[in-house]
Amino acid sequence: MAKITLDHIRHAYGPVSSPADYALKELDHVWTDGGAFALLGPSGCGKTTLLNIISGLITPSEGRVLFDDRDVTTLPPEARNIAQVFQFPVVYDTMTVRQNLAFPLKNRGIPKEQIDARVPRILDMLGLSTLADRRAESLTADLKQKISLGRGMVREDVSAILFDEPLTVIDPHLKWQLRAQLKTLHREFGHTMVYVTHDQTEALTFADKVVVMYDGEVVQVGTPQELFERPAHTFVGYFIGSPGMNVLPVTLDGATASLGGETIALPGGARAPAGTKTELGIRPEFVKLGAEGLAFNVTRVDDIGREKIVHGTLGGHPLAAILPEGAEVPAEPRAAFAPEGINIYADSWRVETGA
Amino acid sequence: MNKTINNRAWFLVLPVLLLVAMNAIIPLMTVVNYSLQESFIAGFWDWVGTRHYEEVLGSERFHGALIRQFIFTGIILVIEVPLGVAVALAMPKKGVWASVCLVLMALPLLIPWNVVGAIWNIFALPEIGLLGWGLNELGFDYNYTNQPLAAWFTVVLMDVWHWTSLVVLLAYAGLQSIDEAYYRAAKIDGASRWAVFRFIQLPKLRTVLIIAILLRFIDSFMIYTEPFVLTGGGPGNATTFLSIDLVKAAVGEFNLGIAAAMSIIYFLMTLLVCWLFFTLMNNDRERQS
Repeated sequence: MAKITLDHIRHAYGPVSSPADYALKELDHVWTDGGAFALLGPSGCGKTTLLNIISGLITPSEGRVLFDDRDVTTLPPEARNIAQVFQFPVVYDTMTVRQNLAFPLKNRGIPKEQIDARVPRILDMLGLSTLADRRAESLTADLKQKISLGRGMVREDVSAILFDEPLTVIDPHLKWQLRAQLKTLHREFGHTMVYVTHDQTEALTFADKVVVMYDGEVVQVGTPQELFERPAHTFVGYFIGSPGMNVLPVTLDGATASLGGETIALPGGARAPAGTKTELGIRPEFVKLGAEGLAFNVTRVDDIGREKIVHGTLGGHPLAAILPEGAEVPAEPRAAFAPEGINIYADSWRVETGA
Repeated sequence: MNKTINNRAWFLVLPVLLLVAMNAIIPLMTVVNYSLQESFIAGFWDWVGTRHYEEVLGSERFHGALIRQFIFTGIILVIEVPLGVAVALAMPKKGVWASVCLVLMALPLLIPWNVVGAIWNIFALPEIGLLGWGLNELGFDYNYTNQPLAAWFTVVLMDVWHWTSLVVLLAYAGLQSIDEAYYRAAKIDGASRWAVFRFIQLPKLRTVLIIAILLRFIDSFMIYTEPFVLTGGGPGNATTFLSIDLVKAAVGEFNLGIAAAMSIIYFLMTLLVCWLFFTLMNNDRERQS
């Protein structure tokens, strides 16, 4: 178990002639010991690059990686004392499930009594006890991935456990179960865990802290709640939530923002640097349809069971609103924005509002 | 579901049927025909039943050829399969050198078989061949034309040179298909080089190695051209394998009935081994899925 320090890391795969050549833009973070972190972002955003830097498959072009206070920047994966679970199940076909789990321990010369104590415990947690003496080869992909997870968890002394989209091959109904098991294992053993995924549900349920990446950059590190309520970048607003945050171009004027000809009251003033593109972000959950507010043209209503998602346009810009269960779309709806749900962005980055 | 019955569909199978008949069924039945009759004089056929078979199966000469055949096939399998895997493991995984190695490996496979025999015939000559002369200069008494052991050594060496490449190429392809994640996982699990081979590479190569062994078994079991050109089956009968013996009987002695019976026995043995391997492979596949 260790604290992971990423000290001014940058990485480019090829030669660098401009800052845009970095696949991973500069980042400087300390990830606390025993935390569960999720790296969340779309394909190609650099999250796998970052994971490989932590695991040691890639040496960053610039900066240092520290586990606790040990500089591991140039160490290969096997010297870093980490465990990793891959996207596809990696099992040793000819071994039994039990032997698979014991393998990393045996290779490190751990005494037999300790192995015999540790392995059944992990088997038990993953619900593999009844299969312990089956050959790994004959099992389904789900079970094989459980073995991979088990091999990741089996060592007590690892600095960190890295998960590279480990639930991709798992059936949806088992995903919930495995995610819950991972959470339990994390609470029980307190390993530092880093979990890469492009699935917001996975990230938000697994992690204490979610690291949202976009275009090679960490755009926000925060708790699920922070990401939801105060997205630091319009991308976070759009990427997290279903549907994502509405982003409307506005012009700022002290305590109000104007969109087209209409004005929206802001909770406290907002000031954006001159010459920047200013936008207003509001999640569909905070848009209230009723007799007050701005003129809203409904184009489509999606009934997703518990609630309705109303799509429409406001002053020519698309806007989504969520209607609570049982509510109907008013005849001539107007959209009002709840002040606590309003975020203001200048060039896509959030600016603080308030006095 | 309604099935449409249209017997004209059989016409579609006709071309394949004709082809198979021409190159498999008719020749095979001709051989069966020969093996059951005495055809001493052209146009004169005499039914002899299983007499040719009894004669062949009881003959010392056939036993000798069969035993030599199994020993030869056994030796080359024991050498070529592990050697092929070892070479495949040592080859670079990518880059220019991978291509260079592949081309080098493919070269022996591209040489016509009789040329391989001729090359080794000259290469191993005790007076002028580099190998033969070299061995004698080093103090070995080596002459494959009159020493059975030297002849065996040369034939085996030639086959290893000629065919190990096939095993290398198959094993190399098998190794290439192993996902990089396995090696990474093994590193993280602290596996030794031997453990990586034993628990990742060997299990993943299983199917490909069964195919390699099958191909090398069949090919070596019907080996003819190379030893024929190299030693002509000699000295004496030392390197007379089944095919050479068969051709001697058929063409040399014009003993068509005996040769035909030998062919059929030979064919059934190959068929049996192929069936064994096929079953093995199918079981393997079922186990994997």
